[in-house]
Amino acid sequence: MHSDLVLSKSDGRPMYLQIMEQIKQRVAVGDWPRGEEIPSIRQLAVALSVSVITVKRAYLELEREGVIVTQHGKGSTVATDPSLEPRLYDQELDQHLDQAVRLGGLLGLAIEDLESRLHDAAGRWNQSTTTEEEES
Amino acid sequence: MSALAVQFEGVGKTYPHFTLDDINLELPTGSIMGFIGANGAGKSTTLRILMGLVHQDRGAVHVLGCEMPAQQAVAKRDIGFVSEDMRLYGAATLAWHMDFIRSIFPSWDQAYAETLLKRFDLKAEQKLKKVSHGQRVKAALLLALARRPRLLVLDEPTTGLDPVARHEVLHALMEALTDERRTILFSSQNTLDVEQISDQITFIDRGRIIDSADKETFLERWRRLRLDVPPAVTLPSLPGVVETTSSGRLAVVTMNGYEPSMAEVYHAAGVTVQAVDSMTLEEIFVVNVHNRRERSVA
Repeated sequence: MHSDLVLSKSDGRPMYLQIMEQIKQRVAVGDWPRGEEIPSIRQLAVALSVSVITVKRAYLELEREGVIVTQHGKGSTVATDPSLEPRLYDQELDQHLDQAVRLGGLLGLAIEDLESRLHDAAGRWNQSTTTEEEES
Repeated sequence: MSALAVQFEGVGKTYPHFTLDDINLELPTGSIMGFIGANGAGKSTTLRILMGLVHQDRGAVHVLGCEMPAQQAVAKRDIGFVSEDMRLYGAATLAWHMDFIRSIFPSWDQAYAETLLKRFDLKAEQKLKKVSHGQRVKAALLLALARRPRLLVLDEPTTGLDPVARHEVLHALMEALTDERRTILFSSQNTLDVEQISDQITFIDRGRIIDSADKETFLERWRRLRLDVPPAVTLPSLPGVVETTSSGRLAVVTMNGYEPSMAEVYHAAGVTVQAVDSMTLEEIFVVNVHNRRERSVA
């Protein structure tokens, strides 16, 4: 399977997290179909020019999360688990919320302030989607 | 086949002005180790001992199952070595060198050599004394890689290369590892290169190994914490803290062996943890060396 993952060195996150995220995206959009074989650890490491151990770590964590299944000696496949995609979005949401809490902390905001900012954001979002509908 | 491609046990070598001491290294077959050290730290001496070019005064060295330096002739059939001061014949062309190496090593892969020739942007018919430093380095790498040796030992393979060439060289190194029976040990001052492709990382300073671990463990252990320390609060001392700097209420703590429970210890003491940042290999190396040197002075 062709791997077209792109890693960024200016992205502050560790390389294995970037690999995990991009694999999850490919699984979420169906580029890497469920149950299908994915590149071996070594193949992906060579394709991306990153350490085998880094890709191995990404695969281990993805397996723990139930995104992929690795069979010893047989390589890895995308899991057939049907609850895969909602869970991916759940995780992404959690990551964004973590960031929001962290930034809120830096700005000295209380949780209540964050809540009201979230409501504001929801208001902005609703408005923008209704305007789009009116325009179309 | 031995699970370890390279093994150093208590290796030392004494020179009038430099001592390499207590070098212990283990490099599993199929992996790639980056060897990081400042100028004069002992990287090249270690690699030369590995190659049997310098004989150790004490300790045991095994390479591909051969005892070094005694069995170096056997081991070297399967080792490709490239170093800065590698002498190629300036009056001869790269094509001449390729024929020469092919005549000695039956493992030579001509098709791969030609692929590398294109990818490294080299001209086979040019005399080597006419080419730039970078071209010469790439030529030496091509001659080593196309032999498809079981072990590649590279002393500063990316030093002096332009970004495009560096990218091609790193890719060629990873490609060599497609075959999991192959192993690479390379030294570098460029921590970015090491961070990108190494499985194992070893720091050497002043003739001693100061840290050696797999890369993920390495990067996971080190963290830089930004803390808000209110005026009446004293910063609790935690194990593994290597450096603490503070200005006003803000303190920055660098630690080796970070665990999430440490944030709770700070919290309980009234200190707010504003951020837990991971560090680059370069930052880790500099802090590590700095800290060791300061302690040796104290």
